[in-house]
Amino acid sequence: MDHSGNLLNETEHPGLDKDQVLNLYQKMIQLNVMDGIMYDAQRQGRISFYMTHYGEEALIGIAAALDSEDVVFGQYREAYMFLYRGLTVDECVSQCFGNELDMNKGRQMPVHYGSKKYNFQTISSPLATQIPQAAGSAYALKMAGNRNISVCFFGEGAASEGDFHAGLNMAATLSCPVIFICRNNGYAISTPSSEQYKGDGIASRGLGYGIDTIRIDGNDIWACYNATKKAREIAVTSNKPVLIEAMTYRAGHHSTSDDSTKYRNKKEVADIIQNDNPITRLRHYIENHGWWSQEDEDACRKQARKTVLDSFASAEKKKKPALENLFTDVYDELTPNLEAQKKELRELIAKYPEYYPTDEFKSSI
Amino acid sequence: MNLFQAVNDAMSIALTTDSTAVVFGEDVSFGGVFRATSGLAEQFGKDRVFNTPLTEQGIAGFAVGMASVGHTAIAEIQFADYIFPAFDQIVNEAAKYRYRSGNLFNVGGMTVRSPCSAVGHGGLYHSQNPEGFFAHCPGIKVVTPRSPIQAKGLLLASIRDRNPVIFFEPKVLYRAAVEEVPIGDYELPLGKAEVLKRGTDVTIVGYGSQIYALENAIQLAEKRLPGISCELIDLRTILPMDIETVVASVKKTGRLVIAHEAPKTAGVAAELSASVMEHCFLNLEAPIQRVCGWDTPFPLAFEHFYLPNMVRCYDAIKTAVEY
Repeated sequence: MDHSGNLLNETEHPGLDKDQVLNLYQKMIQLNVMDGIMYDAQRQGRISFYMTHYGEEALIGIAAALDSEDVVFGQYREAYMFLYRGLTVDECVSQCFGNELDMNKGRQMPVHYGSKKYNFQTISSPLATQIPQAAGSAYALKMAGNRNISVCFFGEGAASEGDFHAGLNMAATLSCPVIFICRNNGYAISTPSSEQYKGDGIASRGLGYGIDTIRIDGNDIWACYNATKKAREIAVTSNKPVLIEAMTYRAGHHSTSDDSTKYRNKKEVADIIQNDNPITRLRHYIENHGWWSQEDEDACRKQARKTVLDSFASAEKKKKPALENLFTDVYDELTPNLEAQKKELRELIAKYPEYYPTDEFKSSI
Repeated sequence: MNLFQAVNDAMSIALTTDSTAVVFGEDVSFGGVFRATSGLAEQFGKDRVFNTPLTEQGIAGFAVGMASVGHTAIAEIQFADYIFPAFDQIVNEAAKYRYRSGNLFNVGGMTVRSPCSAVGHGGLYHSQNPEGFFAHCPGIKVVTPRSPIQAKGLLLASIRDRNPVIFFEPKVLYRAAVEEVPIGDYELPLGKAEVLKRGTDVTIVGYGSQIYALENAIQLAEKRLPGISCELIDLRTILPMDIETVVASVKKTGRLVIAHEAPKTAGVAAELSASVMEHCFLNLEAPIQRVCGWDTPFPLAFEHFYLPNMVRCYDAIKTAVEY
């Protein structure tokens, strides 16, 4: 699809109907609006941290091409996968607040989402660790014979970690049905890709591991969809890994702890947002089909905003999780040592209540 | 059975009783460099017992991934000395998987087996005892057996435990230790030390192959220091550590000697010693003695002078009882 939303080659028509396409577009808008509000909330000190998806929203096309039982391993900039599968804005916002509804029980930083129901393994901060894990889970899925695969996202920076090498080589040698998706957005925090590698991107490495590989326009939702659809077919039918390198651009800062104007030109960013924006590209497509109008756009954005603000208002008022969650789930059961330490904290709180804000928590220990 | 046969038998039972269980690592397919996996690939098929590429971080990550979707992964790291490339996957990933996900996910089905400890001529990279590094990591269990019976029962318990377990096998015992091992399916409890010998005057704690140096030292002590009675405890699980059994013993004896091959500074003995001091301050009649490897890399030619052998253990017992 070109920048005006016209398909360049009709034989590669994605074949999604109006409802499916509009659903994808609305989810992109929802994510974009949530990113804006949560980013600002962090600036105001109301949540501790946030990471936006600006410029990478078209990767939601990957979600649409998968089976809902396929197991996803992410890096951290893949909330479109969650929203597509059905995780609510409420659940995302609660996680960012670390309140009593946080799926992680208040233990991880914001945007480290996870969902058992939607087969998305909980995000962790150490980069690339999920790559060999995705290979292992794919091997297990193959053994179980249920024809599901694993899908693993990572950035081009993470691909420099040893775990990238380990994961791709293991997936190839052990015939694991897994799709590796590299989001090559040009930057790893401040490091441009020219300081990340000297070869032909990440895709060229796939061939060295004996992995079927494709490089796609990551700002084109239909390229994302079609490549994933085909990759999934290869993975399922021949128990082989596939590598997709999606070329995109990180239009936002790396995170709320980063000011990207320190290392890249504002004009470069503005030009890309203006000329190669994944959201406007899909908008042109739906407008070209007569499926969308300015009124629809306004209503959609207004609703998206209301959804986030409602969640935000309710999440902010909620208490933090029960304090006992500090000690549970380290192991399946509390060890005698942890029981003793829990007791020690309980006694400390009783002794120095003015130094422990227990009323902010759902319950004390 | 000797120890490698007991380990092999445990894995064979695990593979038989759990259809999701797999065994993998470097060179495990032809039976393993210590023969611990011999015959398993033939019996259970190459999909369930297989070689991986030579990558420890990959092996650990692969095990985390299998376990994350509910399967049982029994991974081998060829020597404990080479577990460090997998440190990140074990410490940051496996150990924290359940906690960080609010118990949505866990990798309880993951076990990493690895040969450890001195072997007479292993030098720097075929002799190490890295249990102390892992003992500082909440979320995993660290287990080490002293004999074939222990190895089989503890390994089966480790594989079936709902937490990731690192299982260190003292390689000097693979062929040396031989005893009658029950052929059936049995487990020995994790997190529980075992009192091997009752005594009244000094508590002696060790684990793995160090138990044999301690047994010899005790014999020497009871011969040379008439009337002395030593209580010997095998820790078996390093993490979570069974402080209770050791504390109960020290409250009775008033003296404690701890021995391990790993270097002394910040080793497992330091943790145990501090805990016992907290719980038994009024019972202690002598400073706690730590008999450990020196704070050096593990040397080739000087192994005999490096190890906390019978003589050093005996000397520590003597110091404790004569203080």
